[in-house]
Amino acid sequence: MPESLISARGLTKKYGDFTAVDGIDFDVAKGESFGLLGPNGAGKSTTMRIIAATSRRTAGTISILGRDPEEHGPQVRAHLGVVPQQDNLDTELTVTENLYIYGRYFGLSKKFVKNKVNELLAFAQLEEKADVKVEALSGGMKRRLTIARALVSEPDILMLDEPTTGLDPQARHILWDRLFRLKEDGVTLIITTHFMDEAEQLCDRLVVMDKGKIMAEGSPAELIKKYSTREVLEVRFGSDRNKEVAPILREMCERIEELPDRILLYVEDGEALLEAITAKGLHPNTSLVRRSSLEDVFLRLTGRSLIE
Amino acid sequence: MNKGVSVENIRRNGAIYVAESRIRQMSKWKGIIAVVSIGNPLFYLVAIGIGIGILVTENSGTSGTGGVEYIVFIAPALLANTALLGAMDETVFPVMEGFKWRKMFYAMNSTPITGPQIALGVFLAALVRVAFSVLVYWILLVAFGVLSFQDSWFSTVVAMYGGAAFGALMMGVVAGVQKDDYFLTVLGRLVITPLFLFSGTFFPLTNMPIYLQPIGWISPLWHTTELGRYFGYGQQLSGTMLLLHSLYLTAMLVVGIKISNVRFTNRLLK
Repeated sequence: MPESLISARGLTKKYGDFTAVDGIDFDVAKGESFGLLGPNGAGKSTTMRIIAATSRRTAGTISILGRDPEEHGPQVRAHLGVVPQQDNLDTELTVTENLYIYGRYFGLSKKFVKNKVNELLAFAQLEEKADVKVEALSGGMKRRLTIARALVSEPDILMLDEPTTGLDPQARHILWDRLFRLKEDGVTLIITTHFMDEAEQLCDRLVVMDKGKIMAEGSPAELIKKYSTREVLEVRFGSDRNKEVAPILREMCERIEELPDRILLYVEDGEALLEAITAKGLHPNTSLVRRSSLEDVFLRLTGRSLIE
Repeated sequence: MNKGVSVENIRRNGAIYVAESRIRQMSKWKGIIAVVSIGNPLFYLVAIGIGIGILVTENSGTSGTGGVEYIVFIAPALLANTALLGAMDETVFPVMEGFKWRKMFYAMNSTPITGPQIALGVFLAALVRVAFSVLVYWILLVAFGVLSFQDSWFSTVVAMYGGAAFGALMMGVVAGVQKDDYFLTVLGRLVITPLFLFSGTFFPLTNMPIYLQPIGWISPLWHTTELGRYFGYGQQLSGTMLLLHSLYLTAMLVVGIKISNVRFTNRLLK
C-alpha cells in the first residue's frame, strides 16, 4: 500500500438539519490523482473545505500528512495548494502582483517569490499578461492564474474544485494539459468535478458522490467495468414513440435507461443490437453506439444524470 | 512544499504579510487617497474655520470656544474626523471586499494565514493610512498657523488612537454583515453624519440639550476631539475626564479587535 497522505473515516458535516457529507471514508496516496465526482450539492466542495482546514467537521476523523486539520490548520495548509470553485484573485492587482502576494502569505522570501513568479507565468502561459490587471483577463486565463497561484509554494497536494467549470472547450484542454504535467511531476491532485470526461482524463482513482455519500470507488475503467457494459446504444424514436418501444427494447439488452429525449441500451456489442432492433422493424430516428462512460456509472448508481 | 515555507515564520509575521498586500492594494488608489486626505479637510478648514469662524468671532468673540479662535477650536475635531473616516474607509471596504465582493480573505485563508492574522493585517494597513492622513492634515494646520508645531504634535497621536479604536470597532461590525444592500447607506447617513454633527465638532457638546448629549458620549469622535483639544491647544480637561476619554477609546479598541478575531475566524471556517 503506498504512503497515504490523506485518510478520512466516517467524515460527516451537517449544517443544521442538512447533512452535506454523510459519514464517508477515503484514502489518498502520495502522487495519486484522486477525484470526487458527483452532481452539484453532492458534498464534494464541503469535503474539499474540510481537507483544506477551512471547515469544521461535525463527526468522524481526518488526517492530512498525519495531522488533524482542525487542530493544525496552518501547518496543514502549508502543504496545500488550493484552487477554489470561484476564482478569488485580486482583480485590481496585476497578474504578477497576485502571484507575489500569495507567495508572501506562505512566508516565502521576496527573492524566492520573484524568481518563482517567472516560472509560474510560463507554466500558466501568461508571460505576456504579466503586468496586466487581472480584471482584464479572460475566464480561462484567470483560471490558469488561480492554478499557478496555488503552485507558488510548491505544494505536496494540489486541490482543484471544479477546475474547468464555465470554460470553453479550448480553455479546458489547455488546463487539462497543465494539470497532466503536474501529475507527471508527481504532485498529488485532488479534483472535484461534475464532468465525467474530466474525471476520466485526470483521475487515477475516484469516488462517486451523491447526497453526501460515496456510492462507488475505483479507477474510471474499474467503475465502468463494474457498473456498466462495454458499449451503449443510444436511440431516439421521437418523444411519443420512445415510451411505446421501450418494453420491446428492454428484452433485448442487459439494462435500459429511459431519458426524456432518448433511450440508452447497455450491451457488450452496440452495433449487433442496432441490427437486431432494425431487423424487428423498429427504425429509430437517430442512433449512436459509444463506449460506456462515468456518466453511465452515475446513472446506474443514482438513477439520475450528472448534469440536471 | 518548498523548504522556504516556515509555519513558525508565518505565525509571527502573517499579519505583516496581509498588511503588505493591503498597502499594495491601497497604492492603486494613492491619488484619490491623497486628494481626500488633503482636499477634504482643507475645504472644511476654509469654509467652516474661516467662513463661519468670522461669523462666530463677530458675534461672540472667543467666549463660546473656551478662549480660542473658532478655527483653532475646530482644528482638533477635524483632525480626529480625518482619522476616524480614514480608519473607516480602510476597514469597511476591505472587509466587505474580502468576505463578500471579491472574497480575497478566503484566498488568504487557504494559505497558513489565519483569520485573526487577516484582521490584524487589515487593521495595521488601516493605521498606516490613518497616520498618513493625520500627519498631512496636521502639517496643513501648522502651516496655516492654526496649531503650534511644538505644542500640538501629541494631538496627532491622539487622533491616530481614536482612528484605531473606531477602525477596530468598524472592522468587527462589518465582519458580521452578510447582506450589504442597505448597510453602507445606513452607515453613512444615519451613523457617520450624526456622529460628525453631534460630537462637539463645531460647538461644545454642552451647547446641546442634555437629551442629545448622549450621542456625543458614545461617539469616539467626541472622545478623540476632547483629547485632541487638550493636547492640541491646551483646552481645560480634568484628570477624570482625561482618563475616561482614554479608557473609552481603549475599550473600543480592545472590544473591536476581540469581535473581529472571533468573527473573522468563524466566517472563514464554514
